Amino acid sequence: MDPKVEKELYSMMLLIRRFEEKVLEVFSFGKLAGRMFHVCIGQEAVPTGVCSVLKPDDYITSTHRGHGHFIAKNADLKRMMAELYGKATGYCKGKGGSMHIADIELGHLGANGIVGGSFGIATGAAYASAFRRDKRVTVCFFGEGAANQGIFHESLNMAGLWKLPIVYVCENNFYALSTPLERSSATETLAERAAAYDMPGQVVDGMDVAAVRKAALEAVNRARAGEGPTLLECQTYRFYGHSRGDGSVYRTKEEEEFWKARCPVKTFGERLVAEGKLSLQEMEELEKDIEERLAEACAFADESPYPSLDSLYEDVFVEGSGN
Amino acid sequence: MREISYRQAIQEALWEEMGRDPEMLIFGEDIGLYGGAYAITKGMQEEFGPERVRDTPISEAGTVGIAAGASVVGARSVVEIMYIDFITLAMDQIVNQVAKMRYMFGGKVEVPLVLRTQGGAGRSSAAQHSQSLERWFLGVPGLKVVMPATPYDAKGLLKTAIRDSNPVIFIEHKLLYNTKGQVPSEEYTIPLGQAEVKKEGADLTIISYSRMLLYALEAANKLKEYGIDAEVLDLRSLQPLDRETLVASVKKTRCALVVEEGCKTGGVGAEISAILTENCFRGLKSPVRRVAGEDVPIPCSPVLEKAAIPSVDQIVRAALNSQKYQKQI
Ligand SMILES: Cc1ncc(C[n+]2csc(CCOP(=O)(O)OP(=O)(O)O)c2C)c(N)n1
Repeated sequence: MDPKVEKELYSMMLLIRRFEEKVLEVFSFGKLAGRMFHVCIGQEAVPTGVCSVLKPDDYITSTHRGHGHFIAKNADLKRMMAELYGKATGYCKGKGGSMHIADIELGHLGANGIVGGSFGIATGAAYASAFRRDKRVTVCFFGEGAANQGIFHESLNMAGLWKLPIVYVCENNFYALSTPLERSSATETLAERAAAYDMPGQVVDGMDVAAVRKAALEAVNRARAGEGPTLLECQTYRFYGHSRGDGSVYRTKEEEEFWKARCPVKTFGERLVAEGKLSLQEMEELEKDIEERLAEACAFADESPYPSLDSLYEDVFVEGSGN
Repeated sequence: MREISYRQAIQEALWEEMGRDPEMLIFGEDIGLYGGAYAITKGMQEEFGPERVRDTPISEAGTVGIAAGASVVGARSVVEIMYIDFITLAMDQIVNQVAKMRYMFGGKVEVPLVLRTQGGAGRSSAAQHSQSLERWFLGVPGLKVVMPATPYDAKGLLKTAIRDSNPVIFIEHKLLYNTKGQVPSEEYTIPLGQAEVKKEGADLTIISYSRMLLYALEAANKLKEYGIDAEVLDLRSLQPLDRETLVASVKKTRCALVVEEGCKTGGVGAEISAILTENCFRGLKSPVRRVAGEDVPIPCSPVLEKAAIPSVDQIVRAALNSQKYQKQI
């Protein structure tokens, strides 16, 4: 891989990691709107690797654990943080918050509070792309827990049937809240379900950003070439609880330690350093730069006003339409 | 009597009914070891085993369908739907199957099924985790809809709902779980379809249920300062609805205000108001008023969320307006 790309991958993963840590920090200061924050610490390689092969106008759909997806799709950190603070300057004017952040201009069709809620939306965007022959690809991110919703099966069947330009990226962190995969899926992997929908299914090491990027590149190329959808199952792990307040009683410390030792940010960084592609000084500079950007984002969010009460009634409908 | 929380009251009802009927089943997401998103079923899987307290995949449609099937063949079932917002995924099973089976089959089957869920705003959880959707089920004959406001009612009504041979949607409120109240240690049940006068009064009737009942009571207290003596009625069950108590109260006070958290259009208040107009028209001293949520999805930002649902002040103001109206005539 081009060392420049490798550095970019590393810095993106680091940015996501530090962003999430910042979210937890400012949450503890009571700065954020609400308490439903699902950080993706441990899973950074998946959004980073996948979005690194997307073009700016490709689409993604995201989940409740979606900060990484949006950052990897080049979100403006200030507007993103402001949305998490519930401020008027946020991407969704404070109406959406963490679970409903979106920006159509960046091709981000929305995080989702409904598990499985975006399968249809993603598949529909891909349908429109196929119909318009606009060569865009859609990536549908979802957790393995979402694969047990009916709409997963309905959507993948139609995508397989109509050979739609979409990549279904499962972030399999092995737990849907407290429920382990082996107690929620009849199949051992999610990838093997792809056979039922006539699409390739592949298990990918989701802790290795290079492996994720490679698999995503193949799948995205396939989609762009009109050869149809792919299901990628990226095996990963969330290092923290499902959301704040979840003590993860359903997992063992040994298991957590096993996965933490495979930390995607740390292992990839170490690899680049060992291979002489990244110096320790560069690493430090990166950290500093990210710290500054996040401090700016928080300051911006802090200083931004809350939405005006008038805005409560705006955006329910497109005004003036339908007359 | 002892003081326990709304959460404990629901827990007790489930434990007692599970003990009473060895064939009763509970289904839901993360209800086993984890104890449920709101810790209602904590410890139950250990006590009753993983077959009777079944952790399900995230498959609301399938789970409600499976519980309905088990109920139809005799294994009385309770499903926990983590948020009422997710009940939408199971709507076909609820509306087209569960609600109508008995009628369509000419009374040949019973569906002793309870769907326990929780709704409501107040925690900045945004549009998909804060809704009040009870209204939808009122227009579906065959479903009962119960919405307790106090620990005492939560326990007594849930026990009755579980023993009922009909499907019941039992809707809790996320902000009530930690509220406390007096609950007897002895066994008791409360029949479905009985409203309760929580405070007697002469000047107007404030009609509410679930969390908004607490607001209504607070408002009634404030209204005393204005010399207004409000009666407060807790509907407790929306279907069956206790029309008698409702109509009797409003015939007495001749003035009514309905308070609900869900949005105004197409809400429970519209139905109540129509019933009152049909039954008390001549006696009314002012139009039946509604205080309800705004007609918008629930926004995330706390300032907007607060403005999207009723406040105590809004109830007080609406009551004062009703009283002023009377004086004007
Ligand atoms: C339809 C629906 N059911 C249940 C939930 C509650 N819930 C939120 S996240 C979650 C677990 C999701 O697991 P998964 O899809 O694997 O994603 P992860 O949290 O592991 O990233 C559950 C059960 C929900 N938000 N929507």
